Amino acid sequence: MTDTATRRQSPLPQGAPTRPSALRRAARRPDTMLFLVLVGVVIAASAVIVNFATTVTLGFLLVGIVPVLLLAMPMTLIIVTGEIDLSVASTAGLTSAVMGVLWRDTDLGIWTIIVCCLLVGALCGAFNGLLITGLGVSSLAVTIGTLALFRGLALVVIGDQKVSDFPADLTRLATQRIGDTGIPVVMLGVAVVVAVFAVVLHQTSFGRTLYALGFSPEAARFVGVRVGAAKFWLFVVSGAVSGLVGVYWTLRFASAGPDNATGLELSVIAAVLLGGVSIFGGRGTVFGVVTGVLLIGTVTYALRLARVDETTLPIVTGVLLVLSVVTPSALGWAREKRRLSRLTTSSPAAPAAG
Amino acid sequence: MKMFSQASGRRSGRAVGAAVAAIALSTALAACGSVGGESSDGGDGGSDAGSIVFLPKQLNNPYTDVVLGGGEDGAAETGMSASVLGPLEASASAQVPFIEQATQEQASVIVIAANDPDAVGPSLQAARDAGAKIVAFDSDTNPDYRDLFVSQVEAKDVALVQLEMISEQIGGSGDVAILSATATATNQNEWIKFMEEEIDSNPDYSGINIVTKVYGDDDADKSFKEAQGLLQSYPDLKGIISPTTVGIAAAAKYLSTSEYKGKVALTGLGLPNEMREFVKDGTVTEFALWDPAQLGYVAAFAGKALADGDITGAEGDTFEAGDLGEREVGADGIVIVGPPTKFNADNIDDYDF
Repeated sequence: MTDTATRRQSPLPQGAPTRPSALRRAARRPDTMLFLVLVGVVIAASAVIVNFATTVTLGFLLVGIVPVLLLAMPMTLIIVTGEIDLSVASTAGLTSAVMGVLWRDTDLGIWTIIVCCLLVGALCGAFNGLLITGLGVSSLAVTIGTLALFRGLALVVIGDQKVSDFPADLTRLATQRIGDTGIPVVMLGVAVVVAVFAVVLHQTSFGRTLYALGFSPEAARFVGVRVGAAKFWLFVVSGAVSGLVGVYWTLRFASAGPDNATGLELSVIAAVLLGGVSIFGGRGTVFGVVTGVLLIGTVTYALRLARVDETTLPIVTGVLLVLSVVTPSALGWAREKRRLSRLTTSSPAAPAAG
Repeated sequence: MKMFSQASGRRSGRAVGAAVAAIALSTALAACGSVGGESSDGGDGGSDAGSIVFLPKQLNNPYTDVVLGGGEDGAAETGMSASVLGPLEASASAQVPFIEQATQEQASVIVIAANDPDAVGPSLQAARDAGAKIVAFDSDTNPDYRDLFVSQVEAKDVALVQLEMISEQIGGSGDVAILSATATATNQNEWIKFMEEEIDSNPDYSGINIVTKVYGDDDADKSFKEAQGLLQSYPDLKGIISPTTVGIAAAAKYLSTSEYKGKVALTGLGLPNEMREFVKDGTVTEFALWDPAQLGYVAAFAGKALADGDITGAEGDTFEAGDLGEREVGADGIVIVGPPTKFNADNIDDYDF
């Protein structure tokens, strides 16, 4: 508990590598522990599950997590500021619908259409951002509304139709691997996006502002942070990334439809929380979130390959998530208890014990 | 000194926590892993005949369970090791991870009922590149991505079997009415059109007169009332054809409690489990539906023939489908399972769906 409290007072990302004990501190960070769990899972799965330790796994696994990984980036920043965006999957669905209709009904080139789609996503985000910062409504309320609204608009735009005749070069690119490595080509782009978000959150003053906002909006405002502008742009970026995911989803499945990416927002939030981001804001790292996404993806993939019944899979991921949230608190509670008992035994004011 | 011990205590506490978590996870994985190992051992054991993976639209659906039961029977007869993979929800993209899994397990045949004809395309292509044969069943994929499509029935057969049954049951001539689903239902309208054409062109049915078509909207209550209305409006009515499972069950329910029971014939498409009591109490003599189990059964044999290289999926190819005999590949790589099955007092207890 005390440990958490001291950490929370610092708006800096934890374990900034300036202290002499940086290495030791890094080893104790929750996201390092999570990473070790991930490594353990990979080793265990490779050892016991037939066909797991192959480049085929690497390819399918990575292609499968691209949408969640991309969406998790802006989501991390938003949750760090103490807000939430539940509309990401619906925004992706709307983008997919728009992409389908533009491709079917207009003569625009595919790249122009993709740019339009990113703009549509950004506009959805801006709409969220305006309601949240302009009217001061809670982001939970606003994005629950737009979760339904954007999905509804997707149905209006494309109806119950599907569009599928996208350029084969692009649909192939969506799942293409780099040579024989099994690593999908798109991972290069995803890595760039992840790197940009990591730098923004951990290396810029804007990033530090976000932690400050999540920790205490009043204090942040008091020291001159433009709270409204920061949040607005976060939602715009979240919308644009959702648009990108809509485009990727459409190309990957070669199918634009109104129901694309339905329900994905919960997978994203689950992975972000598993990655150690506090739902109350003020705490979390991009590294932890990437690890969280990989861990959920790997465990799911491994269990499927091991032919675990599909009905028990959600139970496993659910338990994993609950454990990840409960464990730090439980450890903190145990530490506090131990500290107190040590205090009472060493205190001369407790002779009754002896 | 004290500080140190406290700090190390905290660290060891965390290390213990991490270790416990890691051990728990790897034990869980190991437990599951051994299961996976066994099943793929089974696959290796049957590797002479290959392995077949069934990928329905979604799991835990009663209709699907019957289809898959037939598929597993068929696979067992061909000697292939069969398994079922599939999502819990019938969404377009949810099937893709399972196609990938089948690819990774090097399945020789993937039998799929596509939730979306195109969304499964790229991953089916990857599976084919890895050597799998693709058989679509129940619901077709884009023909570019599969070797064969096994289709339940031909629309015309469905129409003709119903006409045949009503003709037998009313003695070859008389007024009949049709109790359909909705006025816009594609399947039902196609069947009704075929029935009307056949009545016009086939002298055997020249005595049959379709007096009206009513629509129960596949709603039990509305269908019940429509059946009631038919008998009031047409006192000379000799029979009702209801080409929908909801309609025929509702009409049977009405007839069984009315004075027309056993006097006005009722036939059409129904589910054996819903119609059993009405067949036993004499309200209904005979009705029809395709047997979903045969769909899976034929698909398994088609997959085996493809995997063995006996057929390529070209028009005119033929293969043996176990007890059901020979099947021929038609245009566009489509295989028809066969005419609908007729259910009556003699055989209805053999079916459970």
